[in-house]
Amino acid sequence: MNFEIPKETNAGKIIEVTIGATAKQGGTRSQTTTIGGHTSLPFHFFEGEHPHRPVIAMEVFDKVPAKYPDSLMDYYHDVIDKPADMAKKCVDEHGAELISVRLEGTHPEKGDKSAEEAAELVKQVLKSVSVPIIITGHSHFEKTNEVMKKVCEATEGENCLINYAETDNYKTIAAACIAYNHTIVAQSPIDVNLAKQLNILLTDMNFPAEKIVVDPLTGTLGYGLEYTYSIMERIRNDGLGGDKMLAFPMLINPGYESSRVKEARVSREDYPEWGDQELRGAYWEISTAVSLLAAGAELLIMYHPKAVEVVKKNISEIFDLKNGD
Amino acid sequence: MPLSGLDIFKLLPKTNCGDCEVPTCMAFAMKLAQKKAELSECPHASEEAKETLGAASEPPVRLVKIGRAKPLEIGNETVMFRHEKTFFHQTGIALQLRTSEDEEQLLSKINEIENYKVERVGEELETDLFFISHDSEEKDVFLKTLQLVKQNSTKGIILDCPDKEVLKEGLDWLKDEQPAIFLEEEVTDKDIELAKNHNASLVLTAHSFDDLARQSEKAKQAGVNDLILNLASKNAGLQLQHNTIMRRSALKKNFKSFGYPLFTFIQGENEFDFLAKASLFLCKYDSIIVLPRFNKAMLYTLFTLRQNIYTDPQKPIQVDPKVYPIGEPSPESPVFVTTNFSLTYFIVSGEIENSGISAHLVVCDTEGQSVLTAWAAGKFVGEKIATFIKDIKLEQQVKTRKLIIPGFVSQISGDLEENLPGWEVIVGCQEAADIASFVKNVKLI
Repeated sequence: MNFEIPKETNAGKIIEVTIGATAKQGGTRSQTTTIGGHTSLPFHFFEGEHPHRPVIAMEVFDKVPAKYPDSLMDYYHDVIDKPADMAKKCVDEHGAELISVRLEGTHPEKGDKSAEEAAELVKQVLKSVSVPIIITGHSHFEKTNEVMKKVCEATEGENCLINYAETDNYKTIAAACIAYNHTIVAQSPIDVNLAKQLNILLTDMNFPAEKIVVDPLTGTLGYGLEYTYSIMERIRNDGLGGDKMLAFPMLINPGYESSRVKEARVSREDYPEWGDQELRGAYWEISTAVSLLAAGAELLIMYHPKAVEVVKKNISEIFDLKNGD
Repeated sequence: MPLSGLDIFKLLPKTNCGDCEVPTCMAFAMKLAQKKAELSECPHASEEAKETLGAASEPPVRLVKIGRAKPLEIGNETVMFRHEKTFFHQTGIALQLRTSEDEEQLLSKINEIENYKVERVGEELETDLFFISHDSEEKDVFLKTLQLVKQNSTKGIILDCPDKEVLKEGLDWLKDEQPAIFLEEEVTDKDIELAKNHNASLVLTAHSFDDLARQSEKAKQAGVNDLILNLASKNAGLQLQHNTIMRRSALKKNFKSFGYPLFTFIQGENEFDFLAKASLFLCKYDSIIVLPRFNKAMLYTLFTLRQNIYTDPQKPIQVDPKVYPIGEPSPESPVFVTTNFSLTYFIVSGEIENSGISAHLVVCDTEGQSVLTAWAAGKFVGEKIATFIKDIKLEQQVKTRKLIIPGFVSQISGDLEENLPGWEVIVGCQEAADIASFVKNVKLI
């Protein structure tokens, strides 16, 4: 008997989004990063096109995170308070393909740094590395809006990924992105309909579809992963099925979310059944990243060098298969 | 073509004898139509019924059991994506034992694995199977290892033993234990006979779809239908594709030869790579994964992922309704109140912890509903919360009389104060993410 592979073809295609701009394109990056373009489910090379592989960004901070786990501090203690140096280390030593600059310190209750300081910092990071940049804000909309406007202006033409806009503040962020040529992250709280609605709102104000990345909100392993996983599978299925308002590439935050949970922080002495603490921090991030890759994640902002290494290795392994065909 | 419940009913004896443990033939027919039962459960089915229903009445992915005392049940899946319904039988996690290790080492390993149990969200999590590889030159150590396992554990066993004579002795010794036999080479008549005589399932290994389909057909025709499929691949992407294609063929094309649970022996470069691969295949359709080494941090990570992926999307995970200490609360520390939807609990407790303060978190029983849903359903309202706080005798446990409720249910504050005399009800923030700034700006002690 000859087995015939049951193939499923899709009407839709995930929109291709490019982050960063080279000198020719009006920026200063040595190369750009493109995600999206798929016509079948993740890694289903036998029934669709997959022109781009998922990429990994690493994150630097304008303020040392209050509860940064020891297992990460071991890697970064010398640069954690020097974001430009930390960015360079992430790219040169740990293989980061993009850098996210998290501007938590501009939050009025977490340092209240000014928009000008933030813009200056982002410029330093842009000088220190040549990969595309993600600018990550926070939930204090009033301040984040002010900061993002300033940062967008200061980095005009670089096509940064501005992370993020929500239903409550998308107009301000989107206007800044359009004015200074940046790409946007549309974040919605683990809900297919809300994700779709925000994409409609953005495109209705003539925001270009090829400049939108969706953040479905990452619930990390053990803390709501199952919701994120299923919402992402539904978004990807609907997008491939032809719903253009759900056909955007997706971003996740396994690093930030995994670094905040108890599992990354408590010692083996206190929780003997949870095993080695050093391993656990990386494991939590790997398992979150890999399961969400299978659900359709394409841009992963990660923290732990060991996790980055193994997730990148597995993405390469999988895509070697495609190239080998 | 699948038959409808009514079509099936016409073929049944219509005696409502209940021997199938379903009260009526009609109800049994409906279960058959939904592929939740098998015709063999009806002892009175006619030959005609068996023939007609044969293929149509079997579940698309066969349910296979390994082990006796605590059998692992795998298979019987009906959907490609968990959001379409749910995944029914979670991936079994097996740990490898090698007979070449010395007895003392083996025994300590067995005990370590057997005793490893860890609780998460009210569930006790543990490994399911031993995968026993006979890689020693000495014949006797295979039996010896089986004895050690059987004496010290109730988990199911998969036998990986290339020497068929030794394997037979092992199977004789394990009679009634319902083990599985792992075959690295093509299935032979002898293997099938061994499986049949010892009530064992077979793990078939192949390197192509055609080869695997042929082997599965052969085993089934010879009367062994408890099969587990291993389409071995060194590439993680290829393995994911294989698993997807086999599951899809079984569910959507009714391709019987692949209608069995799937199996992978995890291989990788290091412990991080093992975990990456195990995570991928746990999500994408493996019913058994074998890990070569015991590592608590890895198992705990995989247990958590398994719990997440295999939880029923229509039934939210609930945490026990009670008072949870966050940080190291004193009797003066403030009291937060929320619902027992696990996600709500995790987010709220995490954010209180991240805010740096210590507090008491009262988790009310809302049958696993989130704050707004529970409020709308009348399960998270003043009177209910007050009753719960009185029931758990919170007033005797803490000195504070400040109670913080979620900002989204500010409307219940008056009612709650009325029902809880002596308490000051403070309306908190709407989003958990704002708890850190909330506790900074409001005087709680």
